[in-house]
Amino acid sequence: MSDNFERFTKCAVEVLSVDAAQVVPEATFESLDADSLDLVELVMALEEEFDVNVEEEELEGVNTIKAAFDLVESKL
Amino acid sequence: MSGRVVLVTGGNRGIGHAIAKRFSAAGHRVAITSRSGSAEDSDDLLVVQADVTDTASVDAAVSEIEEKLGPVEVLVSNAGMTKDGLILRMSDDDFIDVVDANLTGGFRVAKRVSKGMMKGRWGRMIFISSIVGLGGQAGQANYAASKAGLIGMAKSFAKEFASRGITANVIAPGPIETDMLMALTDDQREAMLSVVPLGRLGQGDEIAAAVEFLASESAGYITGTVLPVDGGYSMG
Repeated sequence: MSDNFERFTKCAVEVLSVDAAQVVPEATFESLDADSLDLVELVMALEEEFDVNVEEEELEGVNTIKAAFDLVESKL
Repeated sequence: MSGRVVLVTGGNRGIGHAIAKRFSAAGHRVAITSRSGSAEDSDDLLVVQADVTDTASVDAAVSEIEEKLGPVEVLVSNAGMTKDGLILRMSDDDFIDVVDANLTGGFRVAKRVSKGMMKGRWGRMIFISSIVGLGGQAGQANYAASKAGLIGMAKSFAKEFASRGITANVIAPGPIETDMLMALTDDQREAMLSVVPLGRLGQGDEIAAAVEFLASESAGYITGTVLPVDGGYSMG
């Protein structure tokens, strides 16, 4: 597991109140009981953690942990 | 409820000042913003300079408050201005400026403090509108539009943030004894009073009392409402 994914997981665990074991690439936000506001909160935490900037429209279609992680990693 | 961090925009005078003093007297940590960065009778308040028409200025002000007092838990969005004139003589800029300060200004501040409220899973947003926003007012198309706009905006905040324990409500003051009202002519003031069933001007502290209630734990089941505090003016 990459160091970046570990940092990502830390944010997800904190913001979404889930176990680290649940933060797997194929997990959907729906399965993690995360609503759209949770996703925005997660992105805000990730922006801070990775010092990146994610625009509102980039979040469209981001439904899984993998999609969110790829989005952040593409900006590093 | 005790010791909440309260922000009152435009808390340097008038209704905003009365609200800030009431929260302070109740033991809360109160910050006020004003365009000048100064305010009279403010020894118990944190006075921060902010221009609500400038997002960077709002951000800096809220950051300063967070640093000195902690995350804002109660927002009283009160900052406002008037540029009165009959519609035929009202310039686009007169309209835009008032909406930018009164409505968009409220948006800028509420959006900024909502992040901290989300994290804390608790928040109270109280937007100070006006009966003019409910009924319109000759000579105040810009002001009335901005104050009516606050209602739709507040209800949207209420819906978007409901799942995070944040409530958003609106208070619509009637004629209150403030400098802003005293700037009217005697005729205008008398015309106003003649349609207030209780037959007198309201006091700033009577608005503050309603704000304090909406900010309290007891008001936790109230969100998205408009509460007129107007001597009965708006009952129709």
